[in-house]
Amino acid sequence: MSAATELNNVPDVPIDATRRKRAWLAAFRTPAGIIGVILMLLVLVVALLSLFGLTPYDPAHQNVADSLKAPGSGHLFGTDQFGRDIFSRVSSGLANSLRIAIVSVAAAAIAGTVLGVLGGYYQGVVDRIVGVVTNVLFAFPSLLLALALAATLKRNWLTVSISIAIVYLPIFARVARGPVLTLRTADYVLASTAIGRSRFSTLFEHVLPNMRGILVVQITLSLSWAILTEASLSFLGFGTPPPAASLGGMVYDAQTLSSVAPWMLLFPGIALIVAVIGLNLLGDSLRAALDPRTGSRR
Amino acid sequence: MMYLRHPITRRVGEAVLTLVGVSVLTFVLLRVVPGNQITASYGTAAGELSPEQVRSLEAYYGLDKSLPVQYFDWLRGVLTGNLGVSTTSHVSVAQLTGQALPNTIELAVLSILVGLLLGVPLGVLAASRPGKSRDNLTQLSSLLALSVPSFLLATVLASWLANNFGWYPNGEGFRTLVQDPGLNLQQMILPVLVLGISIAPPVLQTTRTAILAIRAEDYVRTARAKGVPERRLQTRHILRNALIPVVTMTGLQFGFLLGGALVAEQIFAIPGIGRQVLLGLTQKEYAVVQSTVLIIATMFVLVNLLTDLVYRVVDPKARVR
Repeated sequence: MSAATELNNVPDVPIDATRRKRAWLAAFRTPAGIIGVILMLLVLVVALLSLFGLTPYDPAHQNVADSLKAPGSGHLFGTDQFGRDIFSRVSSGLANSLRIAIVSVAAAAIAGTVLGVLGGYYQGVVDRIVGVVTNVLFAFPSLLLALALAATLKRNWLTVSISIAIVYLPIFARVARGPVLTLRTADYVLASTAIGRSRFSTLFEHVLPNMRGILVVQITLSLSWAILTEASLSFLGFGTPPPAASLGGMVYDAQTLSSVAPWMLLFPGIALIVAVIGLNLLGDSLRAALDPRTGSRR
Repeated sequence: MMYLRHPITRRVGEAVLTLVGVSVLTFVLLRVVPGNQITASYGTAAGELSPEQVRSLEAYYGLDKSLPVQYFDWLRGVLTGNLGVSTTSHVSVAQLTGQALPNTIELAVLSILVGLLLGVPLGVLAASRPGKSRDNLTQLSSLLALSVPSFLLATVLASWLANNFGWYPNGEGFRTLVQDPGLNLQQMILPVLVLGISIAPPVLQTTRTAILAIRAEDYVRTARAKGVPERRLQTRHILRNALIPVVTMTGLQFGFLLGGALVAEQIFAIPGIGRQVLLGLTQKEYAVVQSTVLIIATMFVLVNLLTDLVYRVVDPKARVR
C-alpha cells in the first residue's frame, strides 16, 4: 500500500498543496472574508461564555422584581418579562443555535456525501436508489419537512438536530455526486485503478480529497441555513423546548411586548443576523477563493 | 420501447416515483407519532377504554391490519379523494384545503411578482458594471436580505407599524379576495413584502450570473460586430436569454411558497395551507397534517415538473440534451 501511495503522490502533490493553501488563505484576505471571520469570532466568544458558565446571570433564572428592565447597568441587554437577563439568554441561545447547527450539518454532510459519492462513483442501481431518496426529500419544502419531523419526535435539541440533518442531507448528496461523476474518469483516478488499487481506496485516496473545497463551502453555507431553520422552528414552537434559551423562541416571546420592551426583540434578532451574515460572508469568500472558475479571475 | 428513453417520459416517470416515495414517507412519518387515531380522537379518555373496546376501535380504524395493508388502504382513500376528517371541527380535509389553498396561491403569486420586480432589475443593475460599486452594493443588500430570517423581518415590521402608526390590517379577521378585496390586499401587503424580499436574492443572483455568462457568448459578439444597436442587443439578445434560468428559479420558488409560507401565514394570520399544517400539529390532528403535507409535497413535485417542461419549451438547447 505505501509504495503505491508514494508512487501516486510524488509528482503533483507538493505543487498542488501549496497552491491549495494559498487559495484557502485568499478567502481570508478579501474584506468580506475578514468581516466574516470577525463576526464569527464575536459569535463564538459570546456563545462560549454560556458554555463555560461565564454569563453574568443564569440564563434561566427568573427574578420578577427585575422584569422588563431596559438595557443599562446591571443588565447589559435588559431583562425579559420574567426578569431573566437577556445577554445571558442571547449567549445561551447562540450556543444552542451553534450546537444544533454543527451537529445537524455534520450529520447531513457525512451521510449526504457518502450517499452522493457512492451513487456517483458506483452508478447503476446504487445511483438510482440515492436519486429516489434525494428526490423524495427534496419534494418537501425544507421548513415543512423539518417541522413535520421535529413535531413527530420527542422534542429536545438532538431531535431538532436530526430533523434539520435529514432536510439538508439531499443537498450534500447532490453537491457530492456531481464532482464524483467528473473525477471518476479523471486520468489520475483511472491511473490509480490501472496500477491495481481497489476502487474503494482510490475513492478515499484521490476522489474525496479533491472534493474538500466544494464541501467546505457547502458546509459553511449550510451552517447558516441550519441556524435559520432552528430559529424558525423555535419561533413556530417546534424547536428547542423552553426554558432553554433559543433565539427564535426569544423573538416569539418579544412579539407581544415589543412596544414596552423593544430590547427583547432587538438583541436576539441582532445575534441571529450577525451569526448568519458571518457564516454567509465566510462561505461566499471561500467559494470565490476555492472555485477554480472565479478564483483565476481574482 | 424508444419512447421510454425520451427525456420527457423519463422526467415524468421520475416524478411519479418521487410521489410514491413521498406518500410512503408521509405515511411512515405520521405513524411514528406517539399515539394513534384512538388516542387522538378520545384523548385521555382512551385510557379508560376496555381491551374489547380498544380492539373494536382498532378494527374500525384499520389499525389491526399490517402496516403495508394500512398504507394501501390509506393510499386508496387519498386517491379517491378521501383525505380524512378533522376530528375537532368535523370538516373534511378536502374542504379545509379548498378554503385554504386559494389564500396560499394568492400569497405565492403576489410574492413572486414582488420578488421578480425587485430581483430582475437589481440583477441587471449589478451585471451592468461587474465588480464596481453598484455591483458590490446590490450584492451586499442581497446578502443582507438572505441573512435576515423572514420571521424576524415580519415581527419587526409588524410591531413597528402597529406601535408607531397604529396600522395593522392583519389584526382584524382575515378577508378573502372575494369577500373584501380592499381589506384583503391590505392584509397581503406585509406578508407579500416579507416573502418578496426573501425571494429577491436568488432571483437577483440568477439574473446577474446569467447576464454575465451570456454577454461573453460568441453570438453576442457577432451581433455587436454586425452593428446591432446596443439597446436592442441588451434586451433582445442578452436579457431575453438570461431570463430562461430565471424562469426555472421562479418555478422553484413558487413551489416553495405553496408550502413554505408557513412563517408568513402564521405571523400575519393568513388562513392558508401552511397554517393548516401548523394548526393540525398543535391540535394533534394528525390526519389533517398527513393529508396536507402530502398535498403540499405533491404540488411541489408537480410545479417542479411543470417548470422543467416549460424550460424545455423556452430553451431550445435543453431539448437536444
